Amino acid sequence: MYRYDEFDEAIVRDRIAQFRAQVARRLDGSLSEEEFVLIRQMNGLYLQLHAYMLRVAIPYGTLNSRQARQLALIAERYDRGYGHFTTRQNIQFNWPRLIDVPEILELLADVQMHCIQTSGNCIRNVTADHLAGAAADEIEDPRPTAELIRQWSTLHPEFSYLPRKFKIAVSGAVQDRAVLAIHDIGVQIVYDEDRGGIGYRISVGGGMGRTPMLAKVIRDFLPKEELLSYLEAILRAYNLAGRRDNKHKARIKILIHEIGIDAFRERVERIFARLDRSAIEVDAAERARIAAYFAPPPFADLPAASAVLEEARRRDSALDAFARTNIIRHRHPAYAALTVSTKPIGGVPGDVTAAQLRVLADLAETYSFDELRIAHTQNVVLPHVRLDDVPAVWARLVEAGLATANAGLVTDIIACPGMDYCKLATARSIPIAQAISERFADPARAAEIGPVGIKISGCINACGHHHVGNIGILGLERQGIENYQITIGGDATELAALGERIGPGVDAEAVPEVIERILATYLAERAPGETFADTVRRIGIEPFRPALAAPKEAVREAA
Amino acid sequence: MKLLDRTGWIDDPFVREGEGANLLPLEAAHGALGRVRPLGIEAPATTDPESLAGLLDQVDLIAINFPGHRDGRGFSIGRALRELGFSGRLRATGELIPDHLALALACGFDEVEIDDARAARQPIEQWLAAASVVGLAYQQVRDGRRSIFAARRVA
Repeated sequence: MYRYDEFDEAIVRDRIAQFRAQVARRLDGSLSEEEFVLIRQMNGLYLQLHAYMLRVAIPYGTLNSRQARQLALIAERYDRGYGHFTTRQNIQFNWPRLIDVPEILELLADVQMHCIQTSGNCIRNVTADHLAGAAADEIEDPRPTAELIRQWSTLHPEFSYLPRKFKIAVSGAVQDRAVLAIHDIGVQIVYDEDRGGIGYRISVGGGMGRTPMLAKVIRDFLPKEELLSYLEAILRAYNLAGRRDNKHKARIKILIHEIGIDAFRERVERIFARLDRSAIEVDAAERARIAAYFAPPPFADLPAASAVLEEARRRDSALDAFARTNIIRHRHPAYAALTVSTKPIGGVPGDVTAAQLRVLADLAETYSFDELRIAHTQNVVLPHVRLDDVPAVWARLVEAGLATANAGLVTDIIACPGMDYCKLATARSIPIAQAISERFADPARAAEIGPVGIKISGCINACGHHHVGNIGILGLERQGIENYQITIGGDATELAALGERIGPGVDAEAVPEVIERILATYLAERAPGETFADTVRRIGIEPFRPALAAPKEAVREAA
Repeated sequence: MKLLDRTGWIDDPFVREGEGANLLPLEAAHGALGRVRPLGIEAPATTDPESLAGLLDQVDLIAINFPGHRDGRGFSIGRALRELGFSGRLRATGELIPDHLALALACGFDEVEIDDARAARQPIEQWLAAASVVGLAYQQVRDGRRSIFAARRVA
């Protein structure tokens, strides 16, 4: 993985000094609270319901054992012994004190981590496919591109005060595991022999929130050496013309919706034509320097099948269940990527304790070339595990309470922090996730239902990605009572789609029953081999509406 | 109003009002083009930088207004004007805070003009400290710092 050189190191340390000075100016009154808010947010610091929250970037989801141990230390020393993985490859600490934040930032810098631009109206932490370098369907590793974007976007003087936040994601595979379509910019690595080989397909204008939109393609092929200039052209067109009169209409998706993708493309191309690309782009040597850090690890030349694993699976049905759900096929046939679920039955999605972080660090170090990945699903991935080693890894995961065999299943629920932590929330998310998880606790039932993505947001801002959940749950507040709207048909893959509401919202207590009915409808309707998403695509959402019909007392009129 | 640049407070040779006024709103400046030198124009944050392309060699100063401390349109306008070849003085006016000075300088601005109340609340030492705290930039910037990407090329 990437390692800072002296320049990267210096800029992170300078940023901490800058933040210290900013806090001092806030405390002596030189900066007003209003002026300070955006400044602290640009360094990942929020003021939540009960305390400050510090959001740490895990750029493109890559973490090594030393970093994971440092996060464990911070969780223990400055938090309540745990951290929370988000849907954007960040980890959040929910209980730091303001006075401790500069010290935490120094500890992060010691392991080449930071909180730069994890919030604020700027280019946020760049995300990427969590299976980068491991996926069997990869065209090119997205991490060198993501790292280049991370550096270029860091403290960018022109784009630090955009109309609104700005999210960029990168995928280098056929399957989209980075949900490009919901990002302000999606960078898809493509191969086109006629146009010079590897390049990028750039999409723009995706986003969740109260006006969800899927990104549209603005350039179907962009040469690699023009990437940063083209991103600058998009950002400048947005910075100049994006709406600043209404926070809810300030994302680039609204600008593009209002003027149309063709008019927006014309503006971008006009700016692009004038930019001094030689001053913006890096040369081939710099691209190669970055890419070298992501060279494949020295995989052992082993047979594709593992007798050790097969034998262990036969002996232990729990391991067998784990292997069936949590092993992801690897580009190297003797290896697997393993999903480590942060969703035990009844648990808080995305929460990991300091002790668990240390176990993950140990496992990464011993079995996975010192690498961990954080997925947008809030799970952790050990990207390069020998098939022969799976039983040993699994045994350690079992001890640590990290071996839940539910990757991609009904209990692998994405949920935002909701009203348990978040100042913006209108309803609770975590208890809803826990109740659904308890309801479908039986592994045999979950296996029978098969892959289905439930995503829960506790407010319209949609941090839980409910719009692209196969089943989406949005918590709102009506007359002082939490009310949950259910959507069906969302899709977070390369077949990206926004879900549709199946009817009026329901009370919190009714949600598990409604999910039960929706899944019963699917089981009754599905054709052989169909996943939930396949069935919904084929039959539409109409057959699912009756799921809301009863219990009547739990169903409320939508406003 | 107070004017500052990377060295501290500076005197303002441009005058907005009265006889000899030479810092004029964009819409009032056309009559003065070619007649008044030095001439400054004031443009709002809604300005399309390309719309100024035709008069860049007839003005000595362009002042871009920042209407709010969260509003970064001016940074794009400033950089675009430099890319269009403007070599005169570039001034940022309005609701800037000390932390914006580094960004403004990096985007090609020379100076920042603030009102007296802000100058009292945010003294010059804070502006100068904020402008120099981050000593490096990945991007090619116009404030004298060498870009990290350029530095690596040499290293």
